[in-house]
Amino acid sequence: MAVSGLVFLGYLVLHMYGNLKVFAGHDSFNEYAHHLRVFGEPMLPENGLLWIVRVLLIVALVTHVYAAVVLTARARNARTSKYVVKKNLASSLSSRTMRWGGLTILVFAIWHLLHFTVGKVNPNPDGTGTADPYNLLVESFELWWMSIIYLLAMFALGMHLHHGTWSAMQTLGLTGTARARARAKTAGWVVAIVIAGGFALVPLSVLTGIVSK
Amino acid sequence: MNLTLKIWRQPDTSAPGAMHTYQVEGISPDMSFLEMLDTLNEQLNEKGEEPVAFDSDCREGICGMCGMMINGQAHGPEVTTTCQLHMRSFKDGDTITVEPWRADAFPVVKDLVVDRGAFDRIIQSGGFISANTGSAPEANSVPAPRDKAMRAFNVATCIGCGACVAACPNGSASLFVGAKITHLGELPQGQPERDSRVVGMVGQHDHEGFGGCTNIGECTAACPKEIPLDVISQLNKDLRTAMKHGH
Amino acid sequence: MAFLDGTTQVTKPPVQVSDDARGYYTLGEPLVDPVAPTGPIKDRWTNRKFENRLVNPANRRKMSIIIVGTGLAGGAAAATLGEAGYHVKSFCYQDSPRRAHSIAAQGGINAAKNYKEDGDSTHRLFYDTVKGGDYRARESNVYRLAEVSANIIDQCVAQGVPFAREYGGLLDNRSFGGVQVSRTFYARGQTGQQLLIGAYQAMERQVAAGTVEQFTRHEMLELVLVDGKARGIVARDLVTGKVETHLADAVVLASGGYGNVFFLSTNAMGSNVTATWRAHRKGAYMANPCYTQIHPTCIPVSGDHQSKLTLMSESLRNDGRIWVPKKVEDCDKDPRDIPEEDRDYYLERIYPAFGNLVPRDIASRAAKYMCDEGRGVGPAVKEVDKDGNEVMVRRGVYLDFADAIGRLGEDAVREKYDNLFDMYERITGENPYQVPMRIYPAVHYVMGGLWVDYHLQSNIPGLFVAGEANFSDHGANRLGASALMQGLADGYFVLPNTIRDYLADAPFEKIDDSHPEVQAARQDVEGRIAKFLSINGTRSADSYHKALGNIMWEYCGMERTEAGLRKAIDMIRELKADFWTNLKVLGTADSLNQSLEKAGRVADFIELGELMCIDALNRRESCGGHFRAESQTEDGEALRQDEEFAYVAAWEWGGEGGQPVLHKEDLIYTAIEMKQRSYK
Ligand SMILES: Cc1cc2nc3c(=O)[nH]c(=O)nc-3n(C[C@H](O)[C@H](O)[C@H](O)COP(=O)(O)OP(=O)(O)OC[C@H]3O[C@@H](n4cnc5c(N)ncnc54)[C@H](O)[C@@H]3O)c2cc1C
Ligand code: HEM
Ligand code: HEM
Ligand code: SF4
Ligand code: F3S
Ligand code: FES
Repeated sequence: MAVSGLVFLGYLVLHMYGNLKVFAGHDSFNEYAHHLRVFGEPMLPENGLLWIVRVLLIVALVTHVYAAVVLTARARNARTSKYVVKKNLASSLSSRTMRWGGLTILVFAIWHLLHFTVGKVNPNPDGTGTADPYNLLVESFELWWMSIIYLLAMFALGMHLHHGTWSAMQTLGLTGTARARARAKTAGWVVAIVIAGGFALVPLSVLTGIVSK
Repeated sequence: MNLTLKIWRQPDTSAPGAMHTYQVEGISPDMSFLEMLDTLNEQLNEKGEEPVAFDSDCREGICGMCGMMINGQAHGPEVTTTCQLHMRSFKDGDTITVEPWRADAFPVVKDLVVDRGAFDRIIQSGGFISANTGSAPEANSVPAPRDKAMRAFNVATCIGCGACVAACPNGSASLFVGAKITHLGELPQGQPERDSRVVGMVGQHDHEGFGGCTNIGECTAACPKEIPLDVISQLNKDLRTAMKHGH
Repeated sequence: MAFLDGTTQVTKPPVQVSDDARGYYTLGEPLVDPVAPTGPIKDRWTNRKFENRLVNPANRRKMSIIIVGTGLAGGAAAATLGEAGYHVKSFCYQDSPRRAHSIAAQGGINAAKNYKEDGDSTHRLFYDTVKGGDYRARESNVYRLAEVSANIIDQCVAQGVPFAREYGGLLDNRSFGGVQVSRTFYARGQTGQQLLIGAYQAMERQVAAGTVEQFTRHEMLELVLVDGKARGIVARDLVTGKVETHLADAVVLASGGYGNVFFLSTNAMGSNVTATWRAHRKGAYMANPCYTQIHPTCIPVSGDHQSKLTLMSESLRNDGRIWVPKKVEDCDKDPRDIPEEDRDYYLERIYPAFGNLVPRDIASRAAKYMCDEGRGVGPAVKEVDKDGNEVMVRRGVYLDFADAIGRLGEDAVREKYDNLFDMYERITGENPYQVPMRIYPAVHYVMGGLWVDYHLQSNIPGLFVAGEANFSDHGANRLGASALMQGLADGYFVLPNTIRDYLADAPFEKIDDSHPEVQAARQDVEGRIAKFLSINGTRSADSYHKALGNIMWEYCGMERTEAGLRKAIDMIRELKADFWTNLKVLGTADSLNQSLEKAGRVADFIELGELMCIDALNRRESCGGHFRAESQTEDGEALRQDEEFAYVAAWEWGGEGGQPVLHKEDLIYTAIEMKQRSYK
């Protein structure tokens, strides 16, 4: 669980870095998208790096979802009769919503892939088509509801990462002392804000007109 | 004080249970929570109604026998055991909901009494140091670093009450297992069996039907002995080391 | 010291002249320990271990031993006998062996390790224990206890018991209970818990290995004798209510103490005398039942709802000063408003040399006298006085840390005692850093118990008794930190070496449930249970227990008088008659029924209470925990009567309605000289 989660996390850092190239302008972003595909050539075939990453992500996804399903099932069976009254004292909302949060991200990811990678749908009626990644992105986020979907998803992601980061460190045994535990909690916040925030910048900027075609 | 109590009554493991409402009057703030229940039971007995069954023995917070969910909190609103909770933590007119620990690995025996035999079986699967009587070397022949001995002691204070399981949304006993792993693992005497201990205990933990830990942290907040979360971290670490060693 | 070789110093056997208990008992044959060792005291145990017969390891598997109790004594015995390869069946009434009341011990465990090089030795521990017990213990047993004490620490450390350590990583000790050497090993304020968990884990390891079978939530309700030998028990499965018989080649009772006969004590709610009392009714002698230890520093009773008392470590007396107001009218004032000149630091006044550190019994009695005078503090609680009137009495004295806080600073006091102060505040709701603590004595430990010989075997062949349940090695008074030592000594080192001598003749004749004596024992139990459920009166078992406790505390507590004890016996007999006609137990026999469990325990406590009073009445002397007002010095100190009472009083059950039979075992000291103690 921790390892697969961290693989996601690593991917997201790279992905976010790529996305932030939006601020560098149309060409820079497109060049990056292109570079991704030809990275390592001729040692790797076209899209080589991309496929390595994809395979890694798929493996991580399968592991992560499998582990999530097993953990959920065990938790269900561990308490079949519920409390009439149950208070939460120490747990964060994010820790208690990991399952729903993860599911939201999964649904989002499917939609996201349809949107940008597999389907390349450009929902904007005024759109210029889908061949140009930069334009596709900007035109999509000019639609308020597209941005809302993304922003909501980023919120879910932030929540998931807030607890996920701390949890992964705890799982990996990196929280042996009270100080280390406090550090891991802070790391949870930092990762959540940086990543979810970083991603959110793109649709926000488009919406507010900072980034445009 | 006058109070309204909503208490889970269940005749035995297989029979269905339900919440029942009782009134108690003239409760002194100096009473412990269990003495308040004693008072209720004395009243029920007079009325010809069977008293509420609940566990307690030492009544000084050390044996781990007592424990119930009080208003949705394991052992009630203070960081202590139920027997050390006093009625001054409540107000006149309060309604108090009392339920047993709920976990399928802790089946309800009757009313508020549950069966925590699973904890014994977890200990049986490795929670010890194999040292036959009479075979022990002179106690001071192996010094134990003081900080490690202190950490061992701090987590050895676990009383096996099960509040961690009761409070955990996943019904996990990782805090209990982690406390024992850490206690024995910090001492020089505990090293030879360190790998097999963690593998055995975690295996039994899972086998008993406790949930997996997702690091939610309710357990430590409910623990009357304030066992810290790092024992779970230690548990994971030791488990990984053991697997590396091929267990 | 010429007497070390066990030959020179010999005391005279006692001859009893007084006979306060005439009419309440009959005198039986004198008793001698049939396996008492001889020779130089330091070689007795070594020689005995060698002389005792062995059991071939291959045969051990075929032999079974029942152990009732999983405290330090029972848990340690189960682990060790299991390791040796016997088939052990272990019983406790709690839901896990780990919850036995040994877990509550706070202070520490003694051992003659002499790590501090302060002059400690086996002999000094032996000497302190015999003297502390006011010369009412058997010297051979005590010597053995001192001798094996060092091994106990080794064993516990090897099991992972996290004792306190010094910076260099070696074990730390402290001095405890007024002795002059540092021989007490401790694990913060939870020594009992850590030791018990060690024994429990060792026992669980044997459960996994298949040598120990564990029966939790099982209460022993009867001993099974076949052809005069202990061959099993009848136990009730407390969850299903099923009455079961368990048979074996030998039975060990390690069922703890019976301090709960006083209703309020520092014992656990379930602590009972049932296991040993049932054995007593089957012929086992009950020795010195009147010896009870009362601990001076407990949290006072706050009202008649009180269900048990909580001990606070004696160490508090090192820094706290004990006082009561000089004037009765000051007793309900805020203590901070009482000026210094109106306070009576009575221990410092009466015992200038020892002050607040006088021994437990002296401190306890002094507190009682202050409260009897009406100078007690704290909430007044309802009591019945000697004339049967209800009166309100304040039962508490101040234990004041203001001086210590002034002298050492609040932080230093906090560092030493914070867990105790927190516990006090939790229970009373008062902050002891600001308001003086209130304390009062409470029943804590019983030195009496089933009579055993040097092998820990009772007078019933095959019935062994260990831990607090036997009449033990503490004489009339136990030193602090010595009960844990005794429990573990019995369980780890003594029993395994003595029971083998008995089992060398086993396995005994095969018997099964259909054996008439087994059937009879079982039917007795079933009959009793049916009786409890059918009386259908009006009073709960708990209310009888409270009534009994009041009688015992009033007349057989800290101070005992001839007239009081006679009165108590009458009252107990009346209570017993009422109990059997007016008890009310609801629920059924075939399920978890805590009222039913309680009824059985109270029934036995009532009978025990009567015997305790008879024993106390007979013993017209003051020794250790037993203070007879008729035997004191001019200035109110306890006065022993060695010429009359240097004996163990072993009582035989006289049958229902009959009189108990007193067997005396003379205490002869060869290795130590008898002295009167003085603390002035
Ligand atoms: C609050 C407190 C503090 C103390 N502090 C100290 C200290 O600091 N140092 C010291 O040396 N001593 C101390 N003592 C005394 C010491 O703890 C006990 O004397 C000792 O632990 C008794 O051990 P045990 O094994 O004989 O019995 P226990 O630990 O009492 O065990 C009794 C066992 O018998 C079982 N049992 C009882 N009746 C039945 C039955 N009918 N059927 C089945 N099972 C039964 C119980 O389930 C339990 O397992 C203290 C005692 C108390 C109460
Ligand atoms: C595909 C949908 C997803 C589901 C159903 C899901 C579900 C879960 C669940 C149930 C947990 C366990 C809760 C816990 O350990 O606290 C978890 C943990 C975690 N998830 Fe996800 N998740 C998903 C996607 C993701 C993604 C995309 C990322 C990364 C960006 C991620 C990162 C993490 C991390 C870091 C953890 C903590 C691992 C640990 O505790 O060891 N998850 N997830
Ligand atoms: C505002 C947020 C996001 C934006 C603007 C964004 C944008 C994009 C774009 C433009 C692509 C196409 C790149 C290309 O084909 O060259 C892409 C691909 C992808 N994105 Fe995102 N993304 C966002 C958030 C996310 C999140 C949160 C996840 C994970 C949970 C994610 C996972 C992916 C994946 C898996 C791909 C496919 C990469 C591949 O081709 O293998 N994205 N994203
Ligand atoms: S870890 Fe804490 S809550 Fe859990 S069993 Fe131990 S003492 Fe109880
Ligand atoms: S609450 Fe449960 S999820 Fe883990 S951290 Fe505690 S066991
Ligand atoms: S009754 Fe022992 S911990 Fe509460």
